[in-house]
Amino acid sequence: MKKLLLTTALVGFAGTAYADDVPLGIIFGFTGPLESITPAMAQSAEMAVAEVNASGLFSLGTVTTVRGDDGCIDSGLAVATAERLVTSDRVVGIVGADCSGVTGAILQNVARPNGVVMISPSATSPALSTAEDDGLFFRTAPSDARQGQVVADILVDRGVSTIAITYTNNDYGAGLADSIQAAFTAAGGTVTMVASHEDGKADYSAEVGALSAAGGEVLVVAGYVDQGGRGIIRSSLDLGAFDTFELVDGMIGDSLLEAMGDELEGTFGQLPGADNPGTGMFQDLATAAGFDGSSAFAPESYDAAALMLLAMAAANSTASADYKDHVMDVANAPGEQIYPGQLAHALEIIAAGGDVDYVGASAVELIGSGESAGNYRELEVQNGAFETVRFR
Amino acid sequence: MEILNALVLLANFVLIPAISYGSQLALGALGITLIYGILRFSHFAHGDVMAFGTMLVILVTWALQSAGVSIDPLPTALLALPIGIIGTAILLLGTDRVVYRFYRKVRAAPIVVVMASLGVMFVVNGLVRFVIGPNDQNFADGARFLFTVREFRNYTGLDEGLGIRYSQMITVAITALVVAALFWFLNRTRTGKSMRAYSDNEDLALLSGINPERVVTVTWLVVAVLVTVAGTLYGLDKSFKPFTYFQLLLPMFAAAILGGLGNPLGALAGAFVIALSEVGVTYAFRKFFQYLLPESLEPNSLMQLLSTDYKFAVSFVLLVLVLLFRPTGLFKGQSV
Repeated sequence: MKKLLLTTALVGFAGTAYADDVPLGIIFGFTGPLESITPAMAQSAEMAVAEVNASGLFSLGTVTTVRGDDGCIDSGLAVATAERLVTSDRVVGIVGADCSGVTGAILQNVARPNGVVMISPSATSPALSTAEDDGLFFRTAPSDARQGQVVADILVDRGVSTIAITYTNNDYGAGLADSIQAAFTAAGGTVTMVASHEDGKADYSAEVGALSAAGGEVLVVAGYVDQGGRGIIRSSLDLGAFDTFELVDGMIGDSLLEAMGDELEGTFGQLPGADNPGTGMFQDLATAAGFDGSSAFAPESYDAAALMLLAMAAANSTASADYKDHVMDVANAPGEQIYPGQLAHALEIIAAGGDVDYVGASAVELIGSGESAGNYRELEVQNGAFETVRFR
Repeated sequence: MEILNALVLLANFVLIPAISYGSQLALGALGITLIYGILRFSHFAHGDVMAFGTMLVILVTWALQSAGVSIDPLPTALLALPIGIIGTAILLLGTDRVVYRFYRKVRAAPIVVVMASLGVMFVVNGLVRFVIGPNDQNFADGARFLFTVREFRNYTGLDEGLGIRYSQMITVAITALVVAALFWFLNRTRTGKSMRAYSDNEDLALLSGINPERVVTVTWLVVAVLVTVAGTLYGLDKSFKPFTYFQLLLPMFAAAILGGLGNPLGALAGAFVIALSEVGVTYAFRKFFQYLLPESLEPNSLMQLLSTDYKFAVSFVLLVLVLLFRPTGLFKGQSV
C-alpha cells in the first residue's frame, strides 16, 4: 500500500503526460558478436513505435522505448537486463532478444515468471519452437529447421554433392548445423565434416586446416558475419582451402564483402525474406529515417514491434495476459493486409472493430507456436554485392 | 614428388600460419613478460592497449590514404606506425602516472596492481570503442599475396599449393627485427642493463644508483613499441576488431607463462609453442599421410589427434603441465 501511494505520488509529480506511458523494452546484443547489425534492428523497432505514436490513434497511451543489452551470447547479462526492464522500467512487452541462447534464457527466467510477452526478430534456434512459453513467446524469424531445408535445396539445385560445415559454437550455430546436415544428407548429399569454431578468437587456421583435409566442394559457414565466420572465410581464402561458401543468415552482411573484396564472387547464401512489396516500402522508410533498412533482421525487428503494438490495440490492453492471444490474430489472415508505413491505417481498422492481416516488411505469417513460416531469399555474390537470385 | 606434396601441404596449413600467428603472439608476450619482470604485475590491459595503438595507426593510415600516400606493395600502415607508437606511449605513461605510480609508491601487493590494470583495461576498452566503434575496420592496402595457392600450383605443377601473403612476410620480418633490437637493447646498452638489474633485484639496483622512475619510463616506452607493432601486424594479417584484441590476452599470457614470466627469450619460444600446438595438434593429417604412405597403408580416418573444438584446451593443457612440473616456465623465469 505504501508503495502504491508512493508511486501514485511520483506519478502525480511527474505530471499527467507520463501517466499513460506504454514502455516497450528493446533487448538486443548491442555489444558482442552481433553488435554491428543490432543498431539498425533497434532503430527499425523504434521506427515502428514512432509511427504508432505519430498516428495519434493508439488509445492506450504514448509508447516509449527502453533499450537493453543482452550481449548476444551472455545469458547472465541478458537476464539481468531483462529483469531490470521488467521490474524497474515496467515494460509491457519485450521486442527481443536477438540471439537464440539469450532469448531462451530471458524467456525462462524473466518473461515467463513475470508474464511478459516477447517477440524476437532474430532468434532462430529450432529448440525455441518447443520451449515452454505459456503463450508469451513469438518470433518474426523462422526456425532454423526450415533454414536447414532451404540450404539443402539450394545446394542440391546447384549440383553440389559434398559439403563441409563449420558452425559457431552456441545454440544458434549448433542447431543450424544439425538441421543443415540432416536435410542435406536426406537429399542424398555427403557431409564430410562438421566442425565448430569459437567466436572472437585470434586465429582460425587450425579449423580451416581440418575442414580442408576433410574436403568438400562448398564450405557451409553457420556463424556470425563479424566474428569467427569471417575469420574462417578469411583463412579459407588465404590458404586456398575453399573458394565457394554457403552463407547462413547470420553471415550475410556488407562488411563481409568489404573485407574480402572480389574473392567471394559466386558465393551464395540466404536471408529470411519474401517477394513482398513491404520489403521495399520498409527500406524507403528506413532510408528516410537515416539508416540502412537492408541490414540483416531490420525488417523483422520493425515487424516485431509493430505486431506487439497492434496486438495491444486489438486487445485494448497493455497487459501481456490480454494481448498475447491477439498476436496471432493480427499477424494472420483474415483481414486487410497491412504493410510498413500503414500502421495508422491498421489502428483505424482495429478501432472500428475490423480485422487486420499484418504482412509488414518481412511477410509475417505466424505458424505453429507463433513463429514465422519461413520465406527465404537466395542470394549470390555478383559483382561485389549480394544479389537476390530467387525466393524460396 | 609425393614427399614434396606432403611437405607443401604441411607448410601451407600448419607451418606458415603457425609461424605468422606465433610472431604476432610473441610481440605481445614480450611486452607482458617485460612488464611482469620489471614492474612486477600482470598487465591485463595489454590486449586493449594493443587495440588502442592499432586504432591510432588505423586513423593515421586512413589520413595518409586519403592524402594519396602509398608505398605499394607494402601497406601504408607501416608509415603510420611511428605515430601510433608515440600515441600509445603517451597513453601508457599517462596511466602509469595516474594509476600505477601510486601503487608502486605504497608498495602495494601485486594482486592490487593487477586489479588496477583490470580497471585500466575496461577504461581503454571503452575508449577504443568510443573513438573507432566496435566494428571490424579495414585498413590493409597494398598487394595481399606474394603468390597465391593457385599460382604456386600452376608454377610448380604440384597437386598441393602454397600461398604466402605480404602480411605474413612483413610480420615475420618485423618481428625478427624488433626482437633483435630488443635483445640488443637489453643486453648491450646501459639502459637495458639497468632494466635487467632492476628486474633481478630491485633493492640492489636502487643501491647501485639506478633511477627506478627512469627504468619504469623506458619499460613503458619499449612496451608501447611492442604492442603497437604487434597489434598493427595482427590487424594487417587478419582484421581489426576491438573484441578480438581483448581476446588475444589469453594466448599472449599463456605464451609468456609457458616460456617463463620475466624471460624475454621464453616469451618468444612460448609464443611459437602455443601457435604451433594450436594449429598442429588439431590438424587432420589424412592427406599428409596419403602422400607419404603406400596405398595399402593409407588411413581412412581424418588422422586428427584432437577435434578443433579442443584447440584452446591444447594451450591450456600445456600451461597446466608447465605450471605443475616447471613452475618457472620452460626457460627460467619467475614462478607465478
